Amino acid sequence: MRMETSDKILVDRAQAGDAVAFGQLLERHYDMILRLGYRMLGSQSLAEDLAQEVCCALPRKLGSFRGDAKFTTWLYRVTMNAAKDLLRKQKTRQNAQQGWGDMFAMQQQDANENARDRIWLAQAMKTLPVDLREVLVLTLTEDLSHAEASEVLGVPAGTISWRISEAKKHLRALAQSEETYP
Amino acid sequence: MSNQMDRLEKALKAATPDSNPDRKAEILAMAQKSFEASQETTPATRPIHRSAQNVTGIWTGVKNMMRSINLRPALYTTSALCVVGLAFILTQPVINNPGLPLGTLGQIAETKHDQRAENAAVADQQMVFSEPAIEQGLTKSGKQRTAIASSEMPLMAPAAILVQKRIYAEQDDFDASVKSQETFSNKAPNPLKIVGDEPVSTFSIDVDTAAYSYVRNSIESGVLPPVKSVRIEEMINYFPYDYPAPDAAKAPFSTSLSVFQTPWNPDTKLLHIGIQGVKADVENRPPLNLVFLIDTSGSMHNADKLPLLKQSFRLLLNTLRPTDKIAIVTYAGSAGTVLKPTAASHKAEILESLERLEAGGSTAGQAGLRQAYALAETMQAGNSIGRILLATDGDFNVGISDPDELKRFIEEKRDTGIYLSVFGFGNGNYRDDMMQSLAQNGNGVAAYIDTLSEAQKVMVDQVSGALFPIANDVKIQMEFNPALVAEYRLIGYETRALNREDFNNDAVDAGEIGAGHTVTAIYEITPVGSPAIKNKALRYQPETVSNQGPDEYGFLKLRYKVPGNAKSTLIATAIPAASGKPSQEAKFAAAIAGFGQLLTKSKYLSNWSWEQNIALANAGKGDDPYGYRAEAVQLMRLAKSLE
Repeated sequence: MRMETSDKILVDRAQAGDAVAFGQLLERHYDMILRLGYRMLGSQSLAEDLAQEVCCALPRKLGSFRGDAKFTTWLYRVTMNAAKDLLRKQKTRQNAQQGWGDMFAMQQQDANENARDRIWLAQAMKTLPVDLREVLVLTLTEDLSHAEASEVLGVPAGTISWRISEAKKHLRALAQSEETYP
Repeated sequence: MSNQMDRLEKALKAATPDSNPDRKAEILAMAQKSFEASQETTPATRPIHRSAQNVTGIWTGVKNMMRSINLRPALYTTSALCVVGLAFILTQPVINNPGLPLGTLGQIAETKHDQRAENAAVADQQMVFSEPAIEQGLTKSGKQRTAIASSEMPLMAPAAILVQKRIYAEQDDFDASVKSQETFSNKAPNPLKIVGDEPVSTFSIDVDTAAYSYVRNSIESGVLPPVKSVRIEEMINYFPYDYPAPDAAKAPFSTSLSVFQTPWNPDTKLLHIGIQGVKADVENRPPLNLVFLIDTSGSMHNADKLPLLKQSFRLLLNTLRPTDKIAIVTYAGSAGTVLKPTAASHKAEILESLERLEAGGSTAGQAGLRQAYALAETMQAGNSIGRILLATDGDFNVGISDPDELKRFIEEKRDTGIYLSVFGFGNGNYRDDMMQSLAQNGNGVAAYIDTLSEAQKVMVDQVSGALFPIANDVKIQMEFNPALVAEYRLIGYETRALNREDFNNDAVDAGEIGAGHTVTAIYEITPVGSPAIKNKALRYQPETVSNQGPDEYGFLKLRYKVPGNAKSTLIATAIPAASGKPSQEAKFAAAIAGFGQLLTKSKYLSNWSWEQNIALANAGKGDDPYGYRAEAVQLMRLAKSLE
């Protein structure tokens, strides 16, 4: 059943100054922004900060959206860039303890059977370089093809494939160190 | 090594953020503000959807014209047109009160209902007046607004509504970020009346609750509601009250009265009138014929509209009986019957047609209504009750060039005995005025549904009662005794005022009470001799008030019709001049009255603060099994922080 106005129509309206359409557009994609932020940054509050930043900058940025890519592709790019900016800022702070690096919060958060997986995930994400991390988030959890991911990240498709194999190497190394220090 | 990747994929997918609706709402609101800000600085390229645009941009444009060199010709032209339109409205005499025709007075069955003994028991304490007197002059501010507000919005062209709305916005100085096409129906607050000049106050009861839900929605999204959206009686009547149950053999509802010191003014008193409808005999209720009239126009596609509507109707469906019948009519562009009258026992079939609904196209409200009424008429049989459940965001933008005609149509149909309930959904272009007008003229109720729990309350808890009306055209007339009461004012019910002569005229429509409903009305009265009297004696007018007569504040008369009966029944009761302690229920009702008046910045509240009001509400919270009252207290706290 046809339920929703297409993104394209909403974007057109929002670009023409329709606040309602803009609101609908955000409402529709907010969860994606938050989800992406969470997986890139590893904390609820950082992800929400990111969502706030992206949502508030969107009216300004929307003017530069030309409609040659899908809106979601463009929004993935905007969100990823903002997430990387935030990570960069985090690094320059001496006591950046939030996010995937914050093992303590991770352990406290969850004491059930999933806790082990989450700790492992935090470990893996923390050690993965950001450029590998973003490829994994897009291809593994957002189910983007290599071509789509290359469009979002603005790198050749070959680079995506190469980064995925690099990520595999990283994970293998992590698995080995796990065996050494269980 | 792919098992490592699988593990990562699984773990990453499991790592989903918690949904935090408050934070989300906050962020989205900030983004909207940012959007507005960006509109003011980017060049105006807005050839499409100007109507969906709010007027703020235009008015900001007007303000900026004076200093901005970069003029925008398009905006310029529009603004000029608006100003011309505005001048036209202001110079037009108010011609919207045609006066209701006086029908023949039917024979009126009078049943005396003696409540004096009860009332005396409730209120047997002495009145205490506290000195010193506080001299307070009556301010005449807002006079001009009153003049504008008394003209009915639906009579104006859409452009005029926009301009008007902006006038309110400017005058009431509400948050400029409220930008939408929402229009509200309310009049200026009831003024203080002098008993000597106008001893009789007449109004229709109101069981609508839409205003409260709207106020809540607004406060929860971080903006104080526009003053015009606050209809205090609807806020008070949103809550169920535990008034004494009626003796079903005597009358379909009970009336309890109490008088107590006004929380916000020690020198006045509140007269609290609580009406409790008899609980429905659910076992033996007559079968219902329901026609769902569903707006499927393009504007309904948001999650808080059509999808929520479907869920709400699904809830309702679960409470129906196999003997009840359901039909579904949709309207968008053209109207169509989606589901022919079907017994409620065929649940799968009904659910399936409900699921198939989709949003698209513009709204032809009237065509849909016509079809729904025609369908409901064919369903009438035996003692069944017919009701149309209209669900819409109120955006009748096509085929309704003349709202008056729509109103007339509904008034005509009212006499066929089919009821109309109006459910408002969604934010943004919610046309409160239109919904009010539909429900008030169609023997029905109006409610605003913003969440599933609200749907639960309205559709299931209340509508199961409302679907089964026990008294129609319920009117209240209060006559005050000038020997004991100097001044009075009715809190709320502005849109429900009736002329004095309408009370005995059975042809004049008024509100309905459904099974189990409670209705509350509150007067603030100033006793003779109180230092709070605002209107001092005049030099030339003779004092005509004699101190003779009964020791009563006033005389309350209630008229109602038993459903299906054209003649009304009268209930009358005197209000003894005594003051007591408020019951818990009365306290809470007073706190909600205070809440509404704080939101409308009522001049009668003097120094009454949010804290005091919250304390009062807490004192009246009582059992509160569904948490409605606790939620209200929470809203007051939020509203306080927004001021």
